[in-house]
Amino acid sequence: MSERPSVDALHRYLPGILAHIALIGAWYAFVTYGHVPSFVVPSPTATVATLGGKNYAWVDNTLVTASEIFGGYCLAVVVGVTIAICFSWSRTVEAAAMPLLVSLNMIPKVALGPLFIVWFSYGIFPNTIIAFSISFFPILLNTSRGFREVEPELLELVRSLRSSKWQTFTKIQLPSALPYIFSGMKVGAILAVAGAIVGEFLGSSRGLGYLMLQVQVALDTAAMFMAVILITLIGVILYGMVIGLERLVIVRDARLQ
Amino acid sequence: MSHAVSEPFIRIKDLHKAYGKGTQEFLAISNVGFEVAAGELVALVGPSGCGKTTLLKILAGLQSYDSGEVHIGSPAHSFDPSRDIGMVFQQALLLKWRRVLQNVMLPAEILGLPMRESRERAHELLAMVGLAGFEDKYPYELSGGMQQRAAIARALIHDPKLILMDEPFGALDALTREKMNLELLSIWKRSGKTIVFVTHGIAEAVFLGTRVIVLTAGPARMADNISVSLPEPRVLDVKTSELFGEYSRKIYRQLGLS
Repeated sequence: MSERPSVDALHRYLPGILAHIALIGAWYAFVTYGHVPSFVVPSPTATVATLGGKNYAWVDNTLVTASEIFGGYCLAVVVGVTIAICFSWSRTVEAAAMPLLVSLNMIPKVALGPLFIVWFSYGIFPNTIIAFSISFFPILLNTSRGFREVEPELLELVRSLRSSKWQTFTKIQLPSALPYIFSGMKVGAILAVAGAIVGEFLGSSRGLGYLMLQVQVALDTAAMFMAVILITLIGVILYGMVIGLERLVIVRDARLQ
Repeated sequence: MSHAVSEPFIRIKDLHKAYGKGTQEFLAISNVGFEVAAGELVALVGPSGCGKTTLLKILAGLQSYDSGEVHIGSPAHSFDPSRDIGMVFQQALLLKWRRVLQNVMLPAEILGLPMRESRERAHELLAMVGLAGFEDKYPYELSGGMQQRAAIARALIHDPKLILMDEPFGALDALTREKMNLELLSIWKRSGKTIVFVTHGIAEAVFLGTRVIVLTAGPARMADNISVSLPEPRVLDVKTSELFGEYSRKIYRQLGLS
């Protein structure tokens, strides 16, 4: 009986794991038996082999990109949630600021990249800001929606007990909004990765996006594949951390599906 | 009556409340006046829009009124509006992220009551509403009727003098509702609380209430204040009695339904 949970977990995750392995297998078969030139699609082994290449500075470039993504994302979570909390305290501020923010949200954030470079020069900082600006809106919009969707009768219940604003916030509003905050954070996590890479394409001297442009000139497709895989891994790790945190703080039934 | 006339616990006089202004004005409550003695279970019955929920919110201090008087408390039964109100709504409104015991404790936390005693009391109350053993469950693990029992326990945790209930069993299936009616009567008898119970079920109002206040809509006004004397303790059989039928018919007539 004690083996049941692990058996259940195996049944749950095995199909997904097999699908991933099958995709890599198909990739390998396609390249090997399809006689595809390696500068068009490199084989999985050639891709992984680039990790041994010293000129790529994988560790440094990965750390740069990761710090842009994580930095911009964390900033977006802090700023987005803080502004949403301010909105929940003042309906007037929300009524004034929300339409403006919705308009600003319509700006394609990557279009601001060249401007950020003018303002902040090349480097980690402008790319962090692009990652921030693109992941900030879904976090803000979802969080303030979460604060608005609090059951009105629940608020009446605690008001009938003359609860303080702080008690209402910590005991009712914030926990009610948490599932929405996480749903915004999940969308934001994916966008932050895209933001940082676009920033590196536009102008930078380090990072996986920068590396991709460098090796593109030499038609080093294998290194480009590897860079994409590493970028994806950073995104998967970030997303996994958000999901893990969500599981930790939110009771199953309260999660937004 | 042989006992001395005591002051009522709740006194409402010429209550008037309207929403909106000018030609858009919508009358929510007018000419409502009645008294409730301590320990009574008064049912407010009427169609949607008759102002029964508004009246309940005024009693809870959640809404203002335009004119008239609302007074709660008497020399014999003091009333502190911040800690003497327990509320139960149509939805159980349990906090999904809290276990049943912690849900019941919520009012005690807000009022800053001593936690250890409150926890003991929460256990007792959960046993009283038939939820012993469910303290550590989450609301989603409970049926609708069980959630509503937990909500009743929550309304009692801070030992309030007045319980306000807004169609608390309206979302339950008919049989569960009958069962909950019986349990509410037994909880009411044991706790000795004053209960104001809003419903649009005429049978429910007659079955539960020591008194039934009939409210009509369009225009909102109070149509009747009926003292209900049915054989005690009340059992479901009483619903088929001639006396019960008489009370019900009277209310149907007041609401223009017969």
